Amino acid sequence: MIISLGLVLTALAGIIFVVVMKGASALSLSMIIETPKGGYYLGKEGGIANAIVGSLYLAFGASFLSIMISLPVAFAMQREYTSHFAANCSRLALDILWGMPSIVYGAFGFVVMIYFGLRSSLLGGIIVLTLLMLPIMIRSMEEVIRMVPLELKEISYSLGTTKIETTVSVVLRQAMPGVITAVLLAFGRGIGDAASILFTAGYTDYIPRSLLDPVASLPLAIFFQSATPIPEVQDRAYTAALILLFIVLLVNIVSRILGWRSSRYIVR
Amino acid sequence: MAGMRWRQVEDYFAGRIFRLSLIFINAVAVLITIVLIIKAQPILTSTSLAELLLSSDWHPLQGRFGFYPFIISTLEVTAIAMIISIPVCLLSAIYLSEYTNSRFREFARFVIDILAGIPSVIYGLCGVIVVVPFVQVVGNALGNATTGYSLLAGGLILAVMVTPFIISLSLEVLRMIPIEARENTLALGTTKWEAVRHVILKSARRGIFAAIILGFARAFGETIAVLMVVGNVAQVPTSVFDPAYPLPALIANNYGEMMSIPLYDSALLLAALILLVVVGGFSMMAHLTLLRIGREVS
Repeated sequence: MIISLGLVLTALAGIIFVVVMKGASALSLSMIIETPKGGYYLGKEGGIANAIVGSLYLAFGASFLSIMISLPVAFAMQREYTSHFAANCSRLALDILWGMPSIVYGAFGFVVMIYFGLRSSLLGGIIVLTLLMLPIMIRSMEEVIRMVPLELKEISYSLGTTKIETTVSVVLRQAMPGVITAVLLAFGRGIGDAASILFTAGYTDYIPRSLLDPVASLPLAIFFQSATPIPEVQDRAYTAALILLFIVLLVNIVSRILGWRSSRYIVR
Repeated sequence: MAGMRWRQVEDYFAGRIFRLSLIFINAVAVLITIVLIIKAQPILTSTSLAELLLSSDWHPLQGRFGFYPFIISTLEVTAIAMIISIPVCLLSAIYLSEYTNSRFREFARFVIDILAGIPSVIYGLCGVIVVVPFVQVVGNALGNATTGYSLLAGGLILAVMVTPFIISLSLEVLRMIPIEARENTLALGTTKWEAVRHVILKSARRGIFAAIILGFARAFGETIAVLMVVGNVAQVPTSVFDPAYPLPALIANNYGEMMSIPLYDSALLLAALILLVVVGGFSMMAHLTLLRIGREVS
């Protein structure tokens, strides 16, 4: 048993070790702040600023949209608003959406984009990533909102508050640590996903200027550059992987710290 | 009085918005299914489903779409991953739940959460750097000429990827078993392992089953990491060292550029629909199992 657990822990250490060792060699300031120049894909000058900025645009855009949709849905699944049966059905639907392969979201998103005459763009990528992040965010938020003690709500109602007042000033505040964790969890998942934005976000050497421009992203930068036969370009894929891994780990740790700090203000 | 009125109006509209958004999210699930069914319709009317699923004749230019090699590849890659990961996951979960203190358990949970959050493209990259050469060496040593881009490489990467999901869910199920169940069994004079095997595992078996199902569903639809290491040759693999071509990789490699070939895009969306149905079915099964366990516990 200890051996199998050791295997799992070694796998994580191994992945981080490999990415750091391989990625550190090509890591430099120009990699981070420059966009690809002429001949970049043959191993010449340039960096992956386009992919870093693109990924951040995509993930922040999608997180914003997801929060806007997730909070009302998670609130709606309280028993004040929905019957037990409807809430359970929604949970089932969300669990199915959560498990759905991201490539299916990508294909679906592309079909819808063609229907509306949209080319692969920042907007398309944000919409598909939002679809991907929604079930993760809603399910985790709903999980903590359901944990809010009933007594707390009843006390609030007994003071004559309306449902929305209780929801916003008691339930949301009490569930805040979980809500923050949910958002960051979904953010981490969204920023690392490649299959869903493969068709919908496109790829470009430039930083997008409008929502309708195509946009580069770190996962796709890794995917495309690691497939080239030129060693210098492959090295950059490793560096891109190092940056992506760093962002994901950072988000993971920040979510823990924030969750822990904001949990001081809740009623136990 | 006016203030009261305003609060009621506010409450009314908030309730409306909440319910609408709940309907919206359910509609998304239905809409995705309907769109894929409509888009897959052309190929389903031109060829029978049985022929599509069981023929290995894949020549899109001639309008022949046999999904058999892709379906077999998907199943085999997933099966290899599950065979490797299930024992490791179960033993790890049992160890974390029964044999260690809570501090180490929390630490291991933290590590497993990180492992679950690593993007699949990074798993794929590690696969290309480490697993593929490893499989090549092993394969050649065993007398199978291989490039390393193979079923086995895909299965190994997938095994690592599904591990955190299966462990954390199994661990949760094991921790739900009341401490009295352990104490009562041990009081009968059993050894710790006997208690684990006959009581703990027995009462957790459905939850663990659900955890494995969820791991299977995740492995079945995984795209980028598998695509990077599996070789992508449209044939029925004969050994684990042969390249394979799973369904998600098929969609990822070809969708979006092959719109000029008639029926091709419909065929690829049928592949997406197959993924949706299989993964959705498995998720539903796991969800219902966990729901029933939750009811029994409370």
